[in-house]
Amino acid sequence: MAISEPIVIPQTGEQDRLSRTWAEPRGFWGWFTNVHHTAIGVRFMVTSFIFFLLGGVLAALMRLQLARPENNVLGPDAYNQIFTVHGSTMIFLFAVPMMFQGFGVYLVPLVCGTRNIAFPRLNAFSYYIYVVGGGLLWVGLFLKIGADAGWFAYVPLSGPQFTPGKRSDIWAQMITFTEVSALGVAVCIATTILRYRAPGMTLNRMPIILWEKLTIALMVIFAMPAVMVDSSMLLMDRTINTQFFNPSVGGDALLYQHLFWFFGHPEVYIIFLPGTAIISTLVPAFSRRHIFGYLAIVSAVVATGFLGFGVWVHHMFATGIPQISDSFFTAASLMIVVPTATQFYCWMATIWHGRLQLRLPMLWAFGFFFEFLIGGLSGVMLASVPVDWQVHDTFFIVAHFHYVLIGGALFPMFAGLYYWIPKITGRMMNDLLGKVHFWLFLIGFNMTFFTMHFLGLRGMPRRVYTYLPEMHWGTLNAIATAGVAFMTAAVIVFLVNFFQSRKTGELAGPNPWAAGTLEWGTSSPPPPYNFAEIPTVNGREAVWDAEPDQPVVVGVRDDVPEVLVTHSMDSEPQYREELPGHSIWPFLTAIAVSIAFIWSIFSPWGITYGAIPVVITLIGWLWPRGSSPTPRLAERPREATWSR
Amino acid sequence: MSTLARLLLDPGGALLAMFQGEPGQHHILHPAGPQASNIEWLYWVIFWIVFVAFVLTILGFARAAARSRTPAHEMVPVIKDTSEADRRSTWAVGSAVLVTVLALFAVLVMSMITGKKVEGLTSKQPITIQVTGHQWWWEVTYPDPQADQTVTTANEIHVPVGKPVVILTNSADVIHSFWPPSINGKRDLIPGIGSAFWIQVDQPGVYHGQCAEFCGLQHAHMGFSIVAEHDDAFQAWKAQQLKPAKEPTDPEAVHGREVFLTHACIMCHTVRGTDAGSRVGPDLTHLASRAMLAAETLPNTRGAMAGWIVDPQRVKPGNQMPPNPLQPDDLQALITYLQTLQ
Amino acid sequence: MEPVRERAVLDVSGLPEVMFGRSNTTWLGNVFYMMIEGTMFALLIASYFYYRTRVGSWPPGSSPPTLIWGVINGIVFLLSILPARYAQKVAPTGDRGRIRLALMGLAGFAIVSMILRGFELANLNVGWQESAYGSIVWSILGLHTGHLITEFIETVVILCVAFTDKMEGSRLADVAINSDYWYFVVITAVLSDFVIYGATRLL
Repeated sequence: MAISEPIVIPQTGEQDRLSRTWAEPRGFWGWFTNVHHTAIGVRFMVTSFIFFLLGGVLAALMRLQLARPENNVLGPDAYNQIFTVHGSTMIFLFAVPMMFQGFGVYLVPLVCGTRNIAFPRLNAFSYYIYVVGGGLLWVGLFLKIGADAGWFAYVPLSGPQFTPGKRSDIWAQMITFTEVSALGVAVCIATTILRYRAPGMTLNRMPIILWEKLTIALMVIFAMPAVMVDSSMLLMDRTINTQFFNPSVGGDALLYQHLFWFFGHPEVYIIFLPGTAIISTLVPAFSRRHIFGYLAIVSAVVATGFLGFGVWVHHMFATGIPQISDSFFTAASLMIVVPTATQFYCWMATIWHGRLQLRLPMLWAFGFFFEFLIGGLSGVMLASVPVDWQVHDTFFIVAHFHYVLIGGALFPMFAGLYYWIPKITGRMMNDLLGKVHFWLFLIGFNMTFFTMHFLGLRGMPRRVYTYLPEMHWGTLNAIATAGVAFMTAAVIVFLVNFFQSRKTGELAGPNPWAAGTLEWGTSSPPPPYNFAEIPTVNGREAVWDAEPDQPVVVGVRDDVPEVLVTHSMDSEPQYREELPGHSIWPFLTAIAVSIAFIWSIFSPWGITYGAIPVVITLIGWLWPRGSSPTPRLAERPREATWSR
Repeated sequence: MSTLARLLLDPGGALLAMFQGEPGQHHILHPAGPQASNIEWLYWVIFWIVFVAFVLTILGFARAAARSRTPAHEMVPVIKDTSEADRRSTWAVGSAVLVTVLALFAVLVMSMITGKKVEGLTSKQPITIQVTGHQWWWEVTYPDPQADQTVTTANEIHVPVGKPVVILTNSADVIHSFWPPSINGKRDLIPGIGSAFWIQVDQPGVYHGQCAEFCGLQHAHMGFSIVAEHDDAFQAWKAQQLKPAKEPTDPEAVHGREVFLTHACIMCHTVRGTDAGSRVGPDLTHLASRAMLAAETLPNTRGAMAGWIVDPQRVKPGNQMPPNPLQPDDLQALITYLQTLQ
Repeated sequence: MEPVRERAVLDVSGLPEVMFGRSNTTWLGNVFYMMIEGTMFALLIASYFYYRTRVGSWPPGSSPPTLIWGVINGIVFLLSILPARYAQKVAPTGDRGRIRLALMGLAGFAIVSMILRGFELANLNVGWQESAYGSIVWSILGLHTGHLITEFIETVVILCVAFTDKMEGSRLADVAINSDYWYFVVITAVLSDFVIYGATRLL
């Protein structure tokens, strides 16, 4: 998808060859063969933003229904499907695909200083699989057999006895699709960060965003299997009569919750930590200095990754677990506040001793400081078991998680979009419209979600499609609904700004923010080979810290798509790797896998027979291509040599 | 006066009303017993701690922004040497982290203490009540080794004021959650996994509760009430509940019982003293003694009852009770009969 | 044409284009894959022990899986390390004949294991629909069987490549990495056997 006018750069002979070698495929079918990370990254961002809009429409419908007691905009069946698909869309189809996959796939290779992501075909495959999974969930909704047991689909409600038909099966397979997608991208990103960093970018000089994406990738690797196991158990109970959750034959409804939240809690940090990394990128750029507390922040990110796996039971405080578990998980849930608080103080110190330029992305960063702080602090209240016993499963919780998710991910997302869209499209976005967007959204968001704290305290449980007038919840609900109008207007302003700027926005140039990380060391948008010359790095903000005569890498072939592989720790050059070029096999394999997964919703033989086309497409994928001469082993490989 | 009008004409009072809700009925910050009181105390303590943290942090960011602000659209060079500033920042950030850790530790200790107080209620001779969740009503029994001393009712729980009560939980279908906010926090009712917890109500009155775990189509209409009364009133209530249904004397009521026993009602409902003994739905033996119908959804009046019986799907679409199209005089007779079930 | 100017460079043209061992990126990708699948096994095994705490007797309502099939297949798995290791040793030499031999040996062991796995599944002495215990035992063995079959197919595909002239360069490294995955299949087999045949009797 061409998203801007091509920018003319002076072509040397070498760049001509690079352009030919890395050329983006053209034409309708060419689109399905593209394996370059910038194309796939943009696709993740655009598709996930569309799901954000769709999820928002569902939220608006929910708020319309709840605006008045005993309203009849939506009946219980419709409402239950809508809140389930709203939550599932926002978490599985928007938040992770945007914050981790979208930003990650686009930025990581650029910030590393390399030409493409590792395992580029796996990356492309992961995108197609994600789209099918998202489509599956929404087709279910449109056919009125949508998932309707909540975004975490507790058993026994979601099980065969109490949700007949395909609803929970659709949900469970959507999980499978999106988790396979996230796992694929996690492997690509982790490998890129560990092996494709530019020479000189030691671990100690790695931008915080790379530390964060590496942490997230590892969190995905350890957390997603839990929800895959869980949803597969649910699917098997529903389709082939297993008894995982049937208490009369030794099954257990709580096991479902343990497995789910063992995934579920890391999941929310998988959504939140990318937000903090965006902030850690913007704060130094707009304070015109290196970040304060690099070591503390990196430790905080990694610590949060670990601790995130140790708090899952705080979602289960009301289930009657022993008191000693309560205390342990309260302590862990309070402990995990410390790394995030540390990051806040480091950001504050950086701004304090910096030269703050309150440009549009930084305005959104301040919005994050305010909104996430509220959510994080209400989280401290929830870590306390007795308080949680009262507010769990009420609108107080709904308020809390919207503050941490919208404050902690959506505000940084908009900050990141205003910051990086100029890099992606080559044009700046309109500043005034961006500020209107910000203030409208801030007002609407607080109107809707702050009032929910009070509703929770006043006893309103969550996931109710209506309520009695005698409960006196009507006024607060009306205020909460009114906020939707502001947020809708805000998002419309953003969309207008985006489409207008693509045509008439001011040309960005390579580094409109005079920022320090490597993506700003190439043109906007980057050429298909990312960098005319592969850089070397001299500090944590590579562009700022570059020597006047900072060496570039030569000797990587430009007649095949080749990248430089470096050592994980000190990024010393190791070898040169030819990457696969554009290929139709990821798309075909995604089709085959999709058929197998969807077939298995309807028949247990789906996996068995469906495996056959999958095997065929995988063989096509893996069979060595004869396009370029397969590299031969060097007899006596020589070292990389620096020369001036 | 509508709440909106109150908000416009008396914003202070209306705001206060938002905070306080109906006195003692259904509000976390309006406790009527020791457990909810302890939790309310903890809530406010933690609230003020985090409020102070919030104010200090926002002020910190505001100050940082104010003192370092430079024009947004100029070319501002990068600060090369930050070592002096960083030295000062290390002390500041270190102290802030330390204060944070101490505050969180305080929250932890107070939470553990409050948790022990809330769960630590005990008594040698508690009242025991078994609550079993159904889609979408609450089966309430007061078990007794002697079957004829076991009270069985639905949705309305009576307890004596000032005495500890043990609630035993279970579910007949999916996970529900028993939550009377003015009395205590919630406990999930999980099929196959029983649990027990204590409550105590110190002020006489009627306290509302709702199901707090999404349980399907009518989760929104699954309320219950706890009626706390002095011990003699409680004992009188209990004694009355143990009696079988009163024999109707009024001819219309007799006809009504006839209607009850010859229609679909007996497929699901029990009225002790008659042949109706099904346990699929709530026990109706003392239906007329309850203040509300359909799990706290409708008032227990003739009109509401008529609407409920004829078309329960209109009130709670998706619930298990089918419509009962009755002839008008049959319906009136039935209601007359049901209203005799004190 | 732009004027040529002098500038500092890092010349990597002398570096190899194929790498064996831990520096190879596909090796790393394989490690991540093993972490993912290993976590799935760990969670299923943890669920198995969780279920144990939910009932009085174990296994509930049936006898344990017949020991002999698990033991035989376990021995076969352990022996299969030999051809896998041999493949890793000969891959860097580029000797296609030896590579084919090693891969055929590995494929042969895989076939024997799959046949024995059939007997294992037929002698679990419980159906998956009978109880949570039955469901989890079948799941653990079922997940492993999926890996066994996938690895067999992959070995056969690489074996076919070894009959062509495309078996060179980075494909040689892939032969070695395939053996790493086979080790994972062996380790998870032994762990699963421990749980299904051992823990079921000891707990």
